[in-house]
Amino acid sequence: MLDNIQILIDAPPLLVQVLLDGLLVGAIFALAAYGMALVWGVMNVINLTQGDFVILGGFITVSVAQAGLNPFLGLPVAAVLLFGLGWLLYRSVVYRVVDKDLFISLLATFGLSILLQQLMNQGFGADVQSVRSGLGTWFALGGLVTITQVKVVAFATALVIGALLVWFMKRTRMGQAIRATAQNARAARILGIDTDRVYAVTFALNAAICGAAGALVVMTWIVHPYLGITYTVRAFMIVVVAGLGNLAAVIAAALGLGAAENMAGFILGAEFQLAFVYGLLVVILVWRSWRLARERKVLR
Amino acid sequence: MSGKFARTTGAVLAAGLAAAIFAGSAGAEEIKLGAAVSTTGKYSTNGAHTTNGYNLAVRRINEMGGVKVGDKTYELSIVYYDDESTPARGAQLAERLISQDGIKLMLGPYSSGLTKAIAPVTEKYGVPMVEANGASRSLFTQGYKYLFAVLSTSEQYLSASIALAAEMAETQGKEPSSVKIAMAFENDSFSQDVRAGVVADAEALGMKIVVDDQLPPELNDMSATLTKVKALKPDVLVVSGHAKGAATAVRQIAEMKVNVPMIAMTHCDSAQIIEKFGKDANYTLCATQWAPTMTYKDDVFGSAGDFAKAFKEAYDYEPPYQAAESAAAVLVYADALRRAGSTDPDAVRDALAATDMQTFYGFVKFDETGKNTAKPMALYQVQNEEYVVVAPTKWAAAPAIWPVPTWAERDK
Repeated sequence: MLDNIQILIDAPPLLVQVLLDGLLVGAIFALAAYGMALVWGVMNVINLTQGDFVILGGFITVSVAQAGLNPFLGLPVAAVLLFGLGWLLYRSVVYRVVDKDLFISLLATFGLSILLQQLMNQGFGADVQSVRSGLGTWFALGGLVTITQVKVVAFATALVIGALLVWFMKRTRMGQAIRATAQNARAARILGIDTDRVYAVTFALNAAICGAAGALVVMTWIVHPYLGITYTVRAFMIVVVAGLGNLAAVIAAALGLGAAENMAGFILGAEFQLAFVYGLLVVILVWRSWRLARERKVLR
Repeated sequence: MSGKFARTTGAVLAAGLAAAIFAGSAGAEEIKLGAAVSTTGKYSTNGAHTTNGYNLAVRRINEMGGVKVGDKTYELSIVYYDDESTPARGAQLAERLISQDGIKLMLGPYSSGLTKAIAPVTEKYGVPMVEANGASRSLFTQGYKYLFAVLSTSEQYLSASIALAAEMAETQGKEPSSVKIAMAFENDSFSQDVRAGVVADAEALGMKIVVDDQLPPELNDMSATLTKVKALKPDVLVVSGHAKGAATAVRQIAEMKVNVPMIAMTHCDSAQIIEKFGKDANYTLCATQWAPTMTYKDDVFGSAGDFAKAFKEAYDYEPPYQAAESAAAVLVYADALRRAGSTDPDAVRDALAATDMQTFYGFVKFDETGKNTAKPMALYQVQNEEYVVVAPTKWAAAPAIWPVPTWAERDK
């Protein structure tokens, strides 16, 4: 561990490399996390299928690339197809658990997650898949720092999708309805908002965002039917840190997590990279509950 | 009218059935082998390679008249169950094959984990199991008497690359002990065995290990490890983390332009690194159990190349080594049955222990722990987007290209 820190002291550009890689991938986590925050905030459902939506988006992009099309076309295709899937899942399963106990929704989405994994395994096979974006690499700081162009594109795309979402939530009728429902579903219903439809759109929109994230994932890394859980956990963690309904906080938390975990991977060794993520989750949950308890005391 | 028709058809069917039964008994009796192989779950792809290998060998042996045991000739057949890629299910199914289906001879499942779960069951019932896809060293330290493996064990997978690195250092007039090694191994029993083999060889040669990262099973990003590799400039980078590890490594080494004179890994072919990454996969050294260009042969399939051709005809893809070793396991059974002169499990077990044969897959001879010690691992190198055997020298189709050209040269 100390010798790894020594490397960073001896060669500061590497610090830049590690942090940059972390920040760039953090943007992809941000997408899955924002979708999760949306569903959680509006429907009070913690969706455990986030990661599987991401992986499915990746597989769809693989299929698009295999059909000889530009893999970047996979992004809209995955988003549209997953929007449809999200809608279907809401209409068949998720609508039943919206007003129920949080535990029920966890169970239901966990079940869906297993189902999706197995279906992907059946449909796309158990092979590791990835797509070459055809983009190259930039060099910086005398060649010591390499910037993978596809990661930059993924980063930019994630930010653009984030901006589009903000616009959608603020400016469109549907976005306003979603926000109204999130604030008070009963009041929204009284005011004539079809909350059932709002829920369906919210869930489908979340799936679409995850699908887009999946297209970026498969061009940056690899996908495999059983890798979804890592994205679910990271999304959950980011939302816990950032809170619901604050896109800027979600992005900041996601970038921070990306950088922190990559740093941990470098200093502690790759075996502790995910352990660090889970460890951090525990720390954050403890800290949050401690802070909440204190707030309650003050209110009293 | 219709009643008469029904009666007539009934009679015809009955006669047909009788004929079929008669034909069956007049032809050859069957020896049923049992196997729990993954057709669903995360090992479904490799499970398919395994069953294809088994089936091809069984079909070929039956076409050639079956197996002569004592003075009777038997045909082989296999009873399969799907273990769903979960060890608990595998053990359960082995139990079922033996106690309910009356299977007396077992073939192995796919993967070390499944083999580990099934071996105690076959051991308990005294049923021999010849397996072709469980390479973990720990399978052969339990004192199992009924377990036989035709493949090389996992600690040998990347040893050849360390030997090659030492050789290359010597051609440069340097001591092998000057070689620096960077390692990235997944945290699972198979990859850790591979790591143990590399560490033992490195220690024997006095090489220095500068990076020793362990990848968690869910990891799909190696950039932190590779940044370290870039900083410490090792002479060899060895990676093992199943298909995920190989795919991630090849992709990120290319993207991050990591220059290492020698890069060796496992599972290149299951990760399809050539198909997926094209020229970025060039120069990678890959551990393999077997290659179609090797000169082993037997009288069932002919040469290694003949097997590859027969397999391609039957299943329409090139046989990966997983399929070849699976077929070899069936050949080993046929040979042992012939020599045992009986289908009694203990007689077959003793015959298996005395196996000393050549198959298209390589020599097979088991030591007292049941592992095959007669066949070395081989190394491929990806040269011009094709796998070329570069070690051991006996089968080398071309010398290894060393050092790997830098990315600056390659991108020109």
